[in-house]
Amino acid sequence: MIYHLSAVLATARRILRQLSHDHRSVALIFLVPVVLMSLLYWLYIDQEMVFDRIAPALLGIFPFTIMFLITSITTLRERTNGTFERVLVTPIAKLDIILGYTIAFGLLAIIQSLIASAVAIYLLDMNVAGPEWFVILIALCNALLGTALGIFLSAFARTEFQAVQFMPAFIFPQFLVCGLLLPLDQMPDLLQSIAYCLPLTYAVDALQRVATEVDISSESWRDIWVVLGFIVAAIVLGALTLKRRSK
Amino acid sequence: MSGGIVAHKLVVEKQDHSILDSLTFSVKPGVLTGLIGPSGAGKTTLMRTIVGLQIPSRGKLQVDGKVVGDKSLRSKIGYVTQSPAIYDDLTVEQNLLYFARLIQASKANVTSVIKVVDLTKQTKQLASTLSGGQRARVSLAIALLGDPDVLILDEPTVGLDPVLRHHLWGLFGALAKKGKTIIISSHVMDEAERCENVLLVRSGSLLWSDSRKKLLQETKTQSVEQAFLKLVGGKQ
Repeated sequence: MIYHLSAVLATARRILRQLSHDHRSVALIFLVPVVLMSLLYWLYIDQEMVFDRIAPALLGIFPFTIMFLITSITTLRERTNGTFERVLVTPIAKLDIILGYTIAFGLLAIIQSLIASAVAIYLLDMNVAGPEWFVILIALCNALLGTALGIFLSAFARTEFQAVQFMPAFIFPQFLVCGLLLPLDQMPDLLQSIAYCLPLTYAVDALQRVATEVDISSESWRDIWVVLGFIVAAIVLGALTLKRRSK
Repeated sequence: MSGGIVAHKLVVEKQDHSILDSLTFSVKPGVLTGLIGPSGAGKTTLMRTIVGLQIPSRGKLQVDGKVVGDKSLRSKIGYVTQSPAIYDDLTVEQNLLYFARLIQASKANVTSVIKVVDLTKQTKQLASTLSGGQRARVSLAIALLGDPDVLILDEPTVGLDPVLRHHLWGLFGALAKKGKTIIISSHVMDEAERCENVLLVRSGSLLWSDSRKKLLQETKTQSVEQAFLKLVGGKQ
């Protein structure tokens, strides 16, 4: 148990050390959501109501997308340059590696969500009816979801070019049917059913609720639990995709 | 001291293609053994099978008395991959500290292996800024961490300058004398001259598995390259 904890923390520390040498990626993680939120604010500068309706949902979608991209490419790089294989000949467990990744990118996700939410709420005057901490919590869950899905889906790409293609393949469809562009109850039945199978639907639903409801409803908590369930499932599936031995 | 490596009718197939064809050999601890053959002979597949990354299709392969892939072997085998599998965006020391943590080796051990591969001056340098030979040495240093009983080194001296290569072969010899089981692969036949025992492979088949001296005696040749050509000629 102590060994596994030490291996998880060593892996997390190693990833953070790697990122500390990569200033561009750090800038991408922390600044891009802020820039995008500011752009949205500017776009709707004369239509405050529209900004208040869209901004909370995008506050969840931006960290989700950025963390997905960064993790899928970083993990894929390890799979293709042989370092994963080299690590797997040591006594480390596969889940230790995935948890190390989740902790490292999770920490970045926390900082990213805090910065993006703080800028949106305090600088861009985004109005939410519910508690602000709940907005930050959902944004954080979304970033973790992007991290976990990025690790898992990187197993299905052979090159970084393919990994980038996962964005239009997996993220855009979720974005289209998550309820941001059209409320779920106005969608065709089949699309509605598909939307309820996708994690982003629940994340956006929670963000839209906190934007309009003063109290946190049981539906909002259900949304959080569903997103957490998807995170855990993606972590476990990610560990299963790591093969210590090939045939 | 480890119990060495024993293979009996080892077969590895990938997508219905035979990569290793019924190999039977043994590698004794304390004897520097070279795995020699041209590119595509199956050297890397054999090494990956020994370290447990490749599942054998048929036959038997044991390391230190245990079937390959056994969990207990993970802390006993040091492995150098053909292309240096290291983290480019970490320094030499950070690379080693990470692997040291995974195999529970000490920081003093990190310092000593950096010295062994002659990278003390580059300790704080990012791996991405190192030359090809220096990167190969970082990879070798990682394999030496924790003083493993078995060392599987896939072309560890390729691209290194002659002085350093000489130094490293001296190190490999010294490690073998300490009772380690060592297999070093190379496609350069000259390197076999530094080994006590040789496994000569070609197209997945074993041409020779015994002492180098005996190989030269039996083939009545002066070098491993000549012996290789004679054995291949005899088979065709």
